[in-house]
Amino acid sequence: MSEPGAGAEPLRAPASPGELFRVFNALALQGFGGVLAVAQRELVERQRWMDKAQFLEVLSIGQLLPGPNIVNMALMIGDRHFGWRGAAAATAGLLALPLLIVLALAALANQMAALPMVAGALRGMGVVAAGLVIATALKLAGTLKNNPMGMKWCLAYGALTLLAVGVQRWPMVWVVLGLGGAAVATAWRALGTAPATGGDRP
Amino acid sequence: MNTLLWGPGGLVAADFLQMFLHFALLSLLAIGGAITTAPDMQRFIVGHKGWLTDAQFTASIALAQAAPGPNVLFVAVIGWNVGGLAGVAATLAGSLLPSTTLALTATRWGARHKESRAIRAFTAGMAPLTLGLLLSTGWVLLEPTRTHWASAALVAVTLVILLRTRLSPLWPVALGALVGALGGLG
Repeated sequence: MSEPGAGAEPLRAPASPGELFRVFNALALQGFGGVLAVAQRELVERQRWMDKAQFLEVLSIGQLLPGPNIVNMALMIGDRHFGWRGAAAATAGLLALPLLIVLALAALANQMAALPMVAGALRGMGVVAAGLVIATALKLAGTLKNNPMGMKWCLAYGALTLLAVGVQRWPMVWVVLGLGGAAVATAWRALGTAPATGGDRP
Repeated sequence: MNTLLWGPGGLVAADFLQMFLHFALLSLLAIGGAITTAPDMQRFIVGHKGWLTDAQFTASIALAQAAPGPNVLFVAVIGWNVGGLAGVAATLAGSLLPSTTLALTATRWGARHKESRAIRAFTAGMAPLTLGLLLSTGWVLLEPTRTHWASAALVAVTLVILLRTRLSPLWPVALGALVGALGGLG
């Protein structure tokens, strides 16, 4: 609004760490079953702190790093504007109030866990929680089509991971270091032999 | 008051330190989100330490999924159920401190090098592991109910809703709560 000549949808920056806190708090409270979709709407479309390409870039770095993607994104966006104060404000906005809410729910559920109906409801929600995670895996499985290793290697590494961590219950650290190391080596070799653009085979 | 602070399990300081360190290690392995480390948390907390039952562990994650906010808060609920507010501090700080420190320092480096062969090999190689870990999480969460036919049906309905409709995940969660409350998984 203050720069009418700067383009159709001028981007703007958050005014203060306080605003970072408020915006990230608001989007966290709208996020049931994950915050990412809400974050895209708030940060790109409503606040216009970044455009779609910048959002995708921050997201891909957030996914590359270990840890919760959305927390990594909040850190990066906050840091970009106000250094560590911004990073702290955005992360606190994202986590503080939802943390209080979920702990209150947990305390309440424990108080009433003796009631068969509450115990049953939690059992049912647990089954659905499993379904939600499996659905996420299936949604992401589509992206393996563009993986330079090719589908067979991807299926092999995915299945071995499920077998080792899910069924055999081996410690994850050894599986990720061992199997992950082998997978990265496979991908490294595939990237060396494939044309540089990689992911656009049919 | 003591239960509020330290939880019901009678854990001592060394236990909380061990829990913090285990979650901190997993934090650095959590490529693809915190939920991919749930199987190893279950192995440690249910299998190795016996601090929670399978049912309690799964219920902790279910509760966090049903509440608003980032999914990573499931570690806070696990911490709460194991060891009260001290447990929350151990699991949440463990899950966040290493990864946030790394994120802040590695961001600029990663942004500059994201087209390099090493980074692309890393993301491409880890992608199928992430999917395998997500499926493992689903498998582990079904531990308490896996033999029950209604459990399989509920998973199937959840998958159809998530993959074939644009309904909020809150609807299958509500359905699961209803089916469970009516004794469908008893």
